[in-house]
Amino acid sequence: MPTATLMPADGANPQLSWNLVRDVGQLLEYHFMINALLAAGIVAVMAGVVGWVMILRRETFAGHTLSMMAFPGASAAALLGVPAAWGYFAFCGAGALAIRRPVEGGRGSWSEESAGIGVFQASALAVGFLFVSLYGGVLGDLESLLFGNLLGISDGQVLVLAAVAAGALALLGALARPLLFASVDPDVAGARGVPVGALSVAFLLVLGMAVAATSQITGPLLVFALLVAPAASAQAITARPAAGLALTVVLGLAVSWIGLGLSYFSVYPAGFFIATISFALYLLVRVLAAALRSRRPQRLTPAPAPPPRGVIA
Amino acid sequence: MLSQEFMRNALLAGTFIALACGISGWFVVLRGQVFAGDALSHVAFPGALAAAAAGADERVGLVLGTVAAGAAIGVLGRGALAWRGARTSAALPADDAAIGIAFTFILGLGLFFLTRFSTSTGGGSGIAAARTLFGSIFGLGGGEARLAAVVALAVTIVTLTIARPLLFASVSAEAAGARGVPTRLLGVGFLVLLGVVAAEATQAVGALLLLGLLAAPGAAAHRLAGSPAAGIALAGALALAAMWGGLVLAYAVPSLPPSSAVIAIAAGIYYLSRILT
Repeated sequence: MPTATLMPADGANPQLSWNLVRDVGQLLEYHFMINALLAAGIVAVMAGVVGWVMILRRETFAGHTLSMMAFPGASAAALLGVPAAWGYFAFCGAGALAIRRPVEGGRGSWSEESAGIGVFQASALAVGFLFVSLYGGVLGDLESLLFGNLLGISDGQVLVLAAVAAGALALLGALARPLLFASVDPDVAGARGVPVGALSVAFLLVLGMAVAATSQITGPLLVFALLVAPAASAQAITARPAAGLALTVVLGLAVSWIGLGLSYFSVYPAGFFIATISFALYLLVRVLAAALRSRRPQRLTPAPAPPPRGVIA
Repeated sequence: MLSQEFMRNALLAGTFIALACGISGWFVVLRGQVFAGDALSHVAFPGALAAAAAGADERVGLVLGTVAAGAAIGVLGRGALAWRGARTSAALPADDAAIGIAFTFILGLGLFFLTRFSTSTGGGSGIAAARTLFGSIFGLGGGEARLAAVVALAVTIVTLTIARPLLFASVSAEAAGARGVPTRLLGVGFLVLLGVVAAEATQAVGALLLLGLLAAPGAAAHRLAGSPAAGIALAGALALAAMWGGLVLAYAVPSLPPSSAVIAIAAGIYYLSRILT
């Protein structure tokens, strides 16, 4: 089971050397690697914060679908000959608007809403595949379209990423209080005059932007590793927003940098390591939380809405 | 068109795969398991690549991977994935996040196998990956098509056999459980069946697109048909229409990939049903 050996055991990695300082020195030797680390750091912070709100709002499936929009986006950009980032942002933004609309039209149940999201996702991917085959001869590039490419990031891309992250975080910060209110209890928030519908569109747009930026690092298929795992782990540990957000950011940074570092020293891509470490982290947190809960005198109800309060780890 | 052997194979396999997808898709939508279906379909990719990396038949890896994932979701889902009428279900977020993280990890494994496969064989991995992700129904051989048709037909028959208790358990798990229906067993069994369907459909439309064939006809049938029996029949018919229409369209327009055409028609049917109702 590779998860056991890949656990971030204090950053030390037996395959390298025991001298951590030398390992980090090796990592920072090349400019492309510094760019990759910077980009991964920016994305981890943004994806962590946005993902935390996404999990709170139970929009995991919508987030997954938005991250898939990056694939038709990138293939459309390749077909048109424009930079891939344009395609990412255009399609993810449009996807955010498209997903929200049906739900507001008819007040449907969760199963119907998710069916709509699923159909939308499949049709967008079908369009992406059409673009790829129209473009022709990019089969070799399919892998980097779907799984991202961390090692070819330019200085300009890092700047764009930083700008998008700053914008997304600023918008989230400005909306923080009403958004939290509307996410936790939409009915009461609506009754108190909070524009629940507008907030939800705004959040999906921010999510779309975050996902578009993350896709360039991990690829659309693995966006979830940075979007969901740190946030879900943090929410299993603490229910307090400030502590949870801080923990999410710390976990996200750790996951992305350790994953990137490991991929630098091996033949396997960063996406694999980032996804695996995220999964191991989440499993560990869940197991710890369950163990702690079972040691308490009285059992909690099987499915409590908020995770138990208080820091566990 | 029918004089071409590849077209006959595609129609044979496509017909039964579409039937299986449409009918099980109706239950997927009813049970609110579209996200689980999505996760299952993505698991097909690492399954096939792991088999390819190990030098085994890709279809073995496909079926093993999706069936194992279906059983895992069914067992670990703690019933939260079974029926949940409203979005307010408290158990929803944790499970959604868990599914998301688990299948991201499995996709990461797929990337690992892809790298392994390409370093061990040198080239060809891009094509294998594309075939798994987006399907290649026009590339099916005669034997492959017949096997796919038989398996899909078997899944369809099993689904229809358990349709009554499954419907009862999906609509009202408590009442069904009180009447002695094994709801939990049905839930796990259905997800295992869904795993087989996903493996079959991956060969036709690919791991990334089969969600469309699963969700679109089922969701459209839920909107259009009143009774369950009519809904199930309509879902099968709509999936069949999407498959046949897509195959013919892709045959007529060579630059259009068949899986894109099939999904486009399926999605078109769904959006039409939204407008109509």
